[in-house]
Amino acid sequence: MMDVDWIGATLTAARPQALAALLRAFRDLDMAEEALQEACLRALRTWPQNGPPRDAAAWLIMVGRNVAIDTVRRRRREAPLPDEEVLSERDDAESALAEELDESHYRDDILRLLFVCCHPDLPDAQQIALALRIVSGLSVKEIARAFLVGESAMEQRLTRAKRKVASADVPFEAPSPPERAARVATVMAAIYLVFNEGYAASGGDAHLRLPLCEEAIRLARLLLRLFPTEPEIMGLSALLLLQHSRAAARLDADGDIVLLDDQDRGRWDGRLIAEGLALLDKAMRHRQPGPYQLQAAIAALHARAKKPEDTDWAQIELLYGALERLSPSPVVTLNRAVAVWKQRGPAAALALIAPLRETLSGYFYFHGLEGALLDKLGRTGEAKVALDRAIALAHSPAEAAHIRRQIDRLTAPGPGAEVAARTAAADAPAASDTTR
Amino acid sequence: MLYAILCYHQEDVVCSWSKEEDDAVMQKLAVIQERLAREGRLGPVARLMPTTAATTLRKDREPPLVIDGPFAETKEQLLGFYIVDCGSLDEALAIAKELGQANPGGSYELRPVALFNPAGAPATPASAGA
Repeated sequence: MMDVDWIGATLTAARPQALAALLRAFRDLDMAEEALQEACLRALRTWPQNGPPRDAAAWLIMVGRNVAIDTVRRRRREAPLPDEEVLSERDDAESALAEELDESHYRDDILRLLFVCCHPDLPDAQQIALALRIVSGLSVKEIARAFLVGESAMEQRLTRAKRKVASADVPFEAPSPPERAARVATVMAAIYLVFNEGYAASGGDAHLRLPLCEEAIRLARLLLRLFPTEPEIMGLSALLLLQHSRAAARLDADGDIVLLDDQDRGRWDGRLIAEGLALLDKAMRHRQPGPYQLQAAIAALHARAKKPEDTDWAQIELLYGALERLSPSPVVTLNRAVAVWKQRGPAAALALIAPLRETLSGYFYFHGLEGALLDKLGRTGEAKVALDRAIALAHSPAEAAHIRRQIDRLTAPGPGAEVAARTAAADAPAASDTTR
Repeated sequence: MLYAILCYHQEDVVCSWSKEEDDAVMQKLAVIQERLAREGRLGPVARLMPTTAATTLRKDREPPLVIDGPFAETKEQLLGFYIVDCGSLDEALAIAKELGQANPGGSYELRPVALFNPAGAPATPASAGA
């Protein structure tokens, strides 16, 4: 059976390896991309009739390479190479090529591809766009939609990124171990950014963009296979799986945000949770804690709580404390404040976040949490001011609507205020939050 | 005779399935499994997590060595297995072909089971039934 879905999944899966090998052959991103695109078109044409090749990546590399050479030769008015219909019957040629694609090449090829896209010289937005275009193979249109810019604007952004990468002269040799470690950290950060862009969209109508989350998980798995013993990559993969497991429960039928405490935990994806917990378990065995592992451990404590009241807030506070020591950030402190609130009440939490006011004055979640804490303390007027600020800083209509509902409950007397205080809480950065 | 049907597939491909595609394949496989179960021919069935979740214990040395990742780096990975009770290899192949219709791509390795020990039960010769 060769249905189109199956071919699509096969081409998607083979893409990073095929493109990475073509990049090694041509040392030119555009040429490699064009060659792969042509090879994929031919696959769609010939596989349904001829059956699938034994090794899809090897087939694409061979056809892609021939397409490119053929183009050059045609330009020189020389004889074309045999086409892929003939080539696909030459099993020996394919297996020879497959052998050439040994593991060391595979590793270096894919790494080079990731390093090219996640080049430290590129701004974050360009890194993400380039990784999604080149490694994941999303169309310019899809990426433009995800970033809420026009197609031509995205095209330009990608062109600029490619030009910068070309002039930055990414070495085609394997980097030295220390350099490689630094580059891997950049790749991890880019994957985290792709995920967060899907987890809490930074603009536009949609609050969640699940395909970006799924793509980030795929990239994290890819990176983990290249570095199977690196605990931070296990931690990153675990973190993304655990956060994504809640996707179905995070918005209600009307598209409104549902906070962690109110989510239907039966709608959390048990399969993703199990895989995330397994990876975290593996990572912890190394006893080399890092920011991604700590964030995954926090996510795991939420995932393990069958009911909100089962949540181990004391442990979560400790983990945020450890995260603050490892990579200090006011946002982490803000998150720790939620754990403090849950254990020692709103006054203690408010005291903890007070010194952050200036640093986080432009931060949506700061004002959201402050408003909720003030409300809980009966300081309704101040709470409203804080929540109004949060609305002004909201990233999406869903976020704004969510805060507006809190304000409505503020002004309405009765048990409403209690509910608002319980459910309204700050969070973020997305992947380390405690409330969504 | 009990056969293990060992499922090998490129995990990259399986992980590229959308949730809908994955659910659709699992649904088709469930139909076949339900029938086999009704016929009393189905033993345990397992789907394994990606190899990134695997850990390997090398016990050919003392102390044994714990390694992250699968035992072997292969182009296609062991992603699950079925135990089926069949009168002949042909029957086992027929089941495997049917499963393959529902879940294209990759390979099934059919391996006769020498010893079968469901949890808690004493070990029985494999032919005693799944």
